Amino acid sequence: MIEEKNWFSRFFDVFNYVVLVLIACLCILPLIHIIAVSFSSTAPSMGGFVTFWPIGFTMENYTRVIGAAAFHQSFLISLERTILGTAINLSLIVLVAYPLSKSSQEFKGRTIFLWIFLFAMMFNGGLIPTFLVVRKLGLIDSIWSLILPGAVQIWSIFLMMNFFRDLPKEIEEAALMDGASHWQILFYIFLPLSLPALATLALFAAVGHWNAWFDGAIYMTKAANYPLQTFLRTIVVQLDLSRLGVDPRDLAQLSNRSVKASQIIVTIIPILLVYPFLQRYFISGIRLGSVKG
Amino acid sequence: MTTPADITHRIHTSSRQRVLGYLARSWPLYFMLIPGIILLLIFNYYPMYGIRIAFQDYNPGLGFERSPWVGLKNFRFLMLLPQFKELLRNTLVLAVSKIVVLQFTAIILALLLNEIRVRVFKRIVNQILYLPYFLSWVVLAGILLDMMSSNGLIGRFLNSLGIPSFIFLGNAKFFPYTIVVSHVWKDVGFSTIIYLAALTGIDPTLYEAAAVDGADRLQRLRHITLPGIAPTIVLIGCLGLGGILDAGFDQVLNLYNPAVYATGDILDTYVYRAGLISARYSLAAAVGLFKSGIGFILINVAYWMASKFASYRVF
Repeated sequence: MIEEKNWFSRFFDVFNYVVLVLIACLCILPLIHIIAVSFSSTAPSMGGFVTFWPIGFTMENYTRVIGAAAFHQSFLISLERTILGTAINLSLIVLVAYPLSKSSQEFKGRTIFLWIFLFAMMFNGGLIPTFLVVRKLGLIDSIWSLILPGAVQIWSIFLMMNFFRDLPKEIEEAALMDGASHWQILFYIFLPLSLPALATLALFAAVGHWNAWFDGAIYMTKAANYPLQTFLRTIVVQLDLSRLGVDPRDLAQLSNRSVKASQIIVTIIPILLVYPFLQRYFISGIRLGSVKG
Repeated sequence: MTTPADITHRIHTSSRQRVLGYLARSWPLYFMLIPGIILLLIFNYYPMYGIRIAFQDYNPGLGFERSPWVGLKNFRFLMLLPQFKELLRNTLVLAVSKIVVLQFTAIILALLLNEIRVRVFKRIVNQILYLPYFLSWVVLAGILLDMMSSNGLIGRFLNSLGIPSFIFLGNAKFFPYTIVVSHVWKDVGFSTIIYLAALTGIDPTLYEAAAVDGADRLQRLRHITLPGIAPTIVLIGCLGLGGILDAGFDQVLNLYNPAVYATGDILDTYVYRAGLISARYSLAAAVGLFKSGIGFILINVAYWMASKFASYRVF
């Protein structure tokens, strides 16, 4: 781009780098602090001496967290809901987006179906009626209460629908001439062409499932059924350890600042693991959202 | 000889054949929608039907169908509730200040990042900025609660500067700032990316032409960059209107406590406490309906404005 070397420009460049470094630090330092606390021994962390580097380095907090049975349980529940939930989300996105991507001539009644989905996106029964319905269906304390109520991701369906509509019409027409059915067109032509879009939606759905905590808190009555984030909340936010039904010795350990910190870190490790992929698809996800913008 | 009856017969068969031919080819389109529609009916439309409990005295034993009707009693109770005005005010104050501060910060950050020539630096800053976006409010609140506790990092930092610290999260005056700042912390990376995308859409030849004409950096900012992202700002502003009653349930529920209800309690958290903690289902449903009803109107106005002023369409 344009090179300019007057004093204002130079001053601004330096200022710009400094400001951005400061802001980035501000953003990441809380995480670094928590990591430092998680590797510190109990006394310095409880006394509030740890800043950005561990004091009395120890791995003990992590072995405690990972060794706890309650943690295992909730970790597995979260893993199960993330895999199962994302698979169901994606299947529904594809199955609904495909018919809706057709024109009204190709798919009679499209407008009505479109409105059924659109209206459900703009208006909802709200927390209480939804909760009562889930309870009435007997889904309380079942993993399905975490998966089914949000299984139809309407916004993602519309993104996928737009993506399908932007695929070149000629390919589909050629397949039609060869006598391909809608199933074949969807599975052999549309899906292979939309893998990047699908990957984006899958990542976002998976992160959503992993991070969800509220449904676990209201639909699960037994702490043994809590997904990881809900379990974490009872430890680091709610401080209602009595609900977890752990024995008093473990209780003292769980309220230990260092153990809490390592609990937080363990919970975000899966996110950090997929973060490189998230980044790659992040921008494309935003682009996907602004197709037809 | 063809009689009129024959012709009608033939028309009927041919239209029936057409329908059959259409179905033979297109039935998968309907079939594919079945699971989605069924789930939508159960988990979206059935709860909408359940909104009727806002006008009932809901009794779990009697269900949606047979609970006694009480007309507008729940709404009248709500209007007389001393907290109601406070809930509404807190919701609006938090939601509006969150949108304004976040967008303002994101625009500034995008403009600063856009001036950076070193690609690697830009990318690293970006990656750091949007990391919190992918963490849950439980995690972020857990970190904040630790840092804002009595001997937490923030208090110690203020003390080292000679500023007395206080119990941040127990202070109702301070609470809205906590909410706005932590919201910016979580979401600023995401919003910045949107503006950065808008900035890359600006034709670079405009800048070159302006430089040739002797425009300095500030003039280029004012006359090229800002007009270039103005449509995005308008769009985000319009769409933001639709969320003006969404003050951030996840965030507030994880950060607030009874000491800050005066400024921190919002419609959503009240619905949660009234309905699921105190089991006053009908009252909570009435608050929920009040919120989703106004929200529905606002979203439609927002989409209408977005399509009118920023030619935005969902599809």
